[in-house]
Amino acid sequence: MITISESLLQEIRAHGVKDYPYECCGLLLGRYGPDGKVVTETYPISNAREESAKRNRFLIEPVELMRGERYAREHNLEVVGFYHSHPDSPAVPSQYDLEHAWPTYSYIIVKTLAHDATDLFSWVQEPDRSRFNQEEIRVVSG
Amino acid sequence: MPITITIPAPLRQFAGGQSQITVEANTAGEALDLLTSTHTGLRRHLFNDQNALRNFVNVYLNDEDIRHASGPNTPVKDGDTIMIVPSIAGGAVIETEVGQSLPELSNEEILRYSRHLIMPEVGMQGQRKLKAASVLMIGTGGLGAPVGMYLAAAGVGRIGIVDFDVVEESNLQRQIIHGTKDLGRRKIESARDRLRDINPHIEIETHEARLTSHNAMRLFRNYDIVVDGTDNFPTRYLVNDACVLSGKPNVYGSIFRFEGQASVFWAEKGACYRCLYPEPPPPGLVPSCAEGGVLGVLPGIVGAIQANETIKIILGAEDLLINRLLLFDAWPMKFREFKLRKDPKCPVCGEEPTIKELIDYEEFCGVAAHQLPQTESKLEEISATELNARRLRGDKIQIIDVREPHEFEIARIPGTKLIPLGHVVSRMNEIDHEVETIVHCKGGVRSAKAIEALKRAGFQGRLINLKGGISAWSDDVDPRVAKY
Repeated sequence: MITISESLLQEIRAHGVKDYPYECCGLLLGRYGPDGKVVTETYPISNAREESAKRNRFLIEPVELMRGERYAREHNLEVVGFYHSHPDSPAVPSQYDLEHAWPTYSYIIVKTLAHDATDLFSWVQEPDRSRFNQEEIRVVSG
Repeated sequence: MPITITIPAPLRQFAGGQSQITVEANTAGEALDLLTSTHTGLRRHLFNDQNALRNFVNVYLNDEDIRHASGPNTPVKDGDTIMIVPSIAGGAVIETEVGQSLPELSNEEILRYSRHLIMPEVGMQGQRKLKAASVLMIGTGGLGAPVGMYLAAAGVGRIGIVDFDVVEESNLQRQIIHGTKDLGRRKIESARDRLRDINPHIEIETHEARLTSHNAMRLFRNYDIVVDGTDNFPTRYLVNDACVLSGKPNVYGSIFRFEGQASVFWAEKGACYRCLYPEPPPPGLVPSCAEGGVLGVLPGIVGAIQANETIKIILGAEDLLINRLLLFDAWPMKFREFKLRKDPKCPVCGEEPTIKELIDYEEFCGVAAHQLPQTESKLEEISATELNARRLRGDKIQIIDVREPHEFEIARIPGTKLIPLGHVVSRMNEIDHEVETIVHCKGGVRSAKAIEALKRAGFQGRLINLKGGISAWSDDVDPRVAKY
């Protein structure tokens, strides 16, 4: 389970709509706790892929991730997952997503349209890498 | 040496919950092998089925990416720290790109590519990547011949070929993609037939055109990789700039006499051709193969290196010829290598590029203005037919041949005197300035230079250039004079 506030979800949706028709992405920072992950902050990251491929792939460069990790550590947080958008496509992980993921992290995917973000789901990879399972999102106010 | 490996949070469950693990190893690869042999559950998240590090997994030794050092062979020392960091990639599925969307191989193809398939560096996955890949070859000459033939044989799924020439006798000494039966045919057709014969499982796309600033971007757009097999500077700069602007890797090769060069220019990963050569050489300084000659086997060697690097790019191999210029000299049989560095001031791939679209490359290389050396007075010319008529009439003229002695041995116009271009000024006194002098070479360029040099040196007599050189003589006057 992943716990996140309504306002942070709103930020993720807004980031996705802003970057439409390209994919957006970012880190989910927070803590691993006894009741799953708690997101306390999002860390938007620019889509590092070249212009032509932005529509189909997003990539967080390791240096960006290191920067995010460093930021998290300074604030006594951890990277608990990532979010990205699927412009005009279902908020479901692709085969490509599966091959480029690790278990435990939450992968939040939001479907974006030109002026709107619709479905938003969170996914966690099965420890044997075979598939993604949908993860319950507990939305708290704030 | 004891070194510490930091385990990222999501993988700690596969490492007994530990965030740091210490192992004794000499290299980064050894450290990871030790780690994953103790904690076997970790392995599949770091390595793929071919035992290669997954492409989104980055390993940092202290603060340096080991890919920028010696990869798994990077040595480690006491107290070093290894950090495992994922780069995050993902996104909606698009066709023919990765994983399960790669094209399948038929049983026939599996049999054909079996020598590839049994090597883990290629394997099923790599062969399917080759099938999914597309490569555009500029030119089907000396370099294009082995490039095309090896890429076709290797199973590159779609090969585009650009050429506008026809097959000539003098091509066959090195352009092994064409045969004697193809003389007079369009090169793209002859090349297409040869490639189809090598591998009927691939697609060949022919573009009968001269590559220009108008069509380059459109052509390049449809391919993953561009292989430069051109023989002139304007096209070479054009290929480079169009590759930089469209983000494609440019697999470069060039040849002259016994010497070849090869590199991979890929602006997002390293230097481009302009970082190496910001400006073209002055026109005429570097002779073409038509003027200077080339050992037939040389493009075979250099082109095979280009094919090799192209295949490695497709397979995602490391240690490409990026930021490396390979020099080969066939006569002493030596390879040398230079390090290249991306130039931050490069006009096309630097930090503040000034070239944002394709330019006029003929003009940039000064070809149009310098096709013939500029002379202060107008260059006087005579055609081969006219010269012959004057000789038959018994006009008092002398003919000076400024080619090299070995060319003189191949073919000559009867009754001429040989003074190679390099000696023409020092041996000026051998030319009678009282008599009208016709100067000739193979095609008319060197003889024009000779006339210019003689005039500058103060030669008083009348100098006339034979238009089209001995080649025109052979075409228009005496076909018994061999063309070369």
